[in-house]
Amino acid sequence: MIIIKNLHASIDGTEILKGINLEVKAGEIHAIMGPNGSGKSTLASVLAGREEYEVTEGSVDFLGNDLLDMEPEDRSRAGLFLAFQYPVEIPGVSNINFLKTAINEAREKRGEEPMAAKDFLKRVKEKSKLVELDGRLANRSVNEGFSGGEKKRNEIFQMAMLDPKLSVLDETDSGLDIDALRVVANGVNELKTKDNASIVITHYQRLLDYIVPDFVHVLYNGRIVKTGPKELALELEERGYDWIIKDLEEVSA
Amino acid sequence: MEVMNETVKMSAKDTFLSNFNLLDFSFDESFSKDIRSAAKNTIKGLEFPTSKVEYWKYTRINKIIKGEYNISAPEKEVEIDLSVPSKNCIVLINGFYSEELSFFESEVGVTFSSLSEAKKNSSALKDKFNSLVKKDEIFAQINSAYHQDGAFMHVSKNVQAEEPYYILNFVDDSNILSNPRNFIFVEQGANAKAVLKTIDTSNTGSFTNMVSEIFVEKNAHFEINKIQNEADDSFQIATEQVVQADDSTFKINTFTLNGAIVRNNLNIDSLGKNTMTYLNGLYPLKGKQHVDNHTYLLHREPNGESHELYKGILGDSSTGVFNGKVFVHREAQKTNAFQSNANIVMTDSATINSKPELEIYADDVKCSHGSTTGQLDEEALFYLRARGLSKDSARAVLVNAFAADVIEQIGVEAVKDEIEAYIDLNYQGIK
Repeated sequence: MIIIKNLHASIDGTEILKGINLEVKAGEIHAIMGPNGSGKSTLASVLAGREEYEVTEGSVDFLGNDLLDMEPEDRSRAGLFLAFQYPVEIPGVSNINFLKTAINEAREKRGEEPMAAKDFLKRVKEKSKLVELDGRLANRSVNEGFSGGEKKRNEIFQMAMLDPKLSVLDETDSGLDIDALRVVANGVNELKTKDNASIVITHYQRLLDYIVPDFVHVLYNGRIVKTGPKELALELEERGYDWIIKDLEEVSA
Repeated sequence: MEVMNETVKMSAKDTFLSNFNLLDFSFDESFSKDIRSAAKNTIKGLEFPTSKVEYWKYTRINKIIKGEYNISAPEKEVEIDLSVPSKNCIVLINGFYSEELSFFESEVGVTFSSLSEAKKNSSALKDKFNSLVKKDEIFAQINSAYHQDGAFMHVSKNVQAEEPYYILNFVDDSNILSNPRNFIFVEQGANAKAVLKTIDTSNTGSFTNMVSEIFVEKNAHFEINKIQNEADDSFQIATEQVVQADDSTFKINTFTLNGAIVRNNLNIDSLGKNTMTYLNGLYPLKGKQHVDNHTYLLHREPNGESHELYKGILGDSSTGVFNGKVFVHREAQKTNAFQSNANIVMTDSATINSKPELEIYADDVKCSHGSTTGQLDEEALFYLRARGLSKDSARAVLVNAFAADVIEQIGVEAVKDEIEAYIDLNYQGIK
């Protein structure tokens, strides 16, 4: 689905990503963990196409397309979804209307007819139920006045509406209480099929009790320094990151 | 010794006024002729304002007064799209009334006609005409002296008018100078809506100097939607003088869509007890447009409430000016006055001068004012694009959202649709 090769990226002249290699196949869930400042959110931002980041080296192939050459909207239309760490409040823009525009612009690009209003509303109803998002919130301005948990649920609601091939969840669990976490995780699990995939970026192992990854990667100083099965997350929870960093230093020494 | 140049140079004012020499007002009613003469006398003592005057500080009118103008009704047959969603429409062309294009299906209790017709018949007009026009405003005085025609609307006591009444002011040739004059009288307990629209289909260089007097009597409700769509190189100065009696509601929505220089002088000079006033404006500007909204609201009596919301979207090298003054008289206790001006500046070369003002002499009031200026939110733009909206759509969505609370104030569905469509059309392609 996505093949990231030797990805280097910097912001304001500071290199943050220093050669990321990662392949995610359909049907897989990959967790990316790592200490603060390791480059987790930068990776998500670069994949989604934030313009502040400059890619200096490497390539990203997404379903046969050169992802780095695409505008953010084209990445989304091709099936990439980023759940924001800090979802933006947009007063005056209806959550539903903007999703309708997004879905129909994507359909238009694919040469399809716009979605019938009836089908769209049916989908809204179904998907808002999935993340236990109050129908009234779905109709309000995007994230305006939402609680932290509501914002994250709205992210997963939008993900469900857009039905992406690859979702990148950027610290979706940060700041969530256990109920909200359970709802968000449940949404992600319900949406999982053999044809789509997820990259779950998190700081805490807790989320991985609910979303069970096929692989856990440790990101440190702009590189993936360790990859393991889901049990690696537990080990990280218990022992922290220091032992990995220490191993690394010994190898390079 | 140097030879003095003997040619007597006409002042800019005299040159401008000489445009009116050919107008013949001999047909006019005698009370109106008296008003014209008095105004001509007043003008003698007035000069065109310069930017040294605070009231005109940000708007230079040289281009306006130095233009070369014609005053004429169109010679050719005018082809105008009159898809007006109303059964009542007064059409003015180049400031003259067009009997041909105007149409009526008057409701009982509403008199809607040309101003010149009303001058013959209406005692209300005879009593009140020109009573609100300020003596020190040269452009308003010029209109009093030289207006050709305009619209007259009189809604009788307790009449609830159903449809919006349309006043369309077309400019159909280049370099046309016109002074449309409107008079609106909404009697006690009545309720009505109007649309006042200027459309300039000429190419260039016209100047419309419009004055409207509006009387909203006790417990009456009146809404007027003003749409200014001048040609790229044309000018407009529009003056509204409004009085509101006790328990009345007045709403004005001003949409300035085009025109090289547009100046609005909105004066709500006297408010009765327990009045409600809404002043809204939207100015989505492009090119080198210069739009200046001056509003003045006087709360004279207790328990009044006013809401003012003006929003600007400034593109290219356009300039916006907002100067809104709310004056709360010491008798006007329990006044609630809220004023806000917000602007989005889309480019580095666009400018906004914003000056919200409150002057309060009563001690038990709730008043606020504020002004904000910023750019489109980059984070919000990225968020929308990351969900699959194109850059242009995302911009349009944000501009629409910005304009939405002004547009929501429109009580005439067709006007709402028109402004929404205008915003959609004009902000899809901006860079």
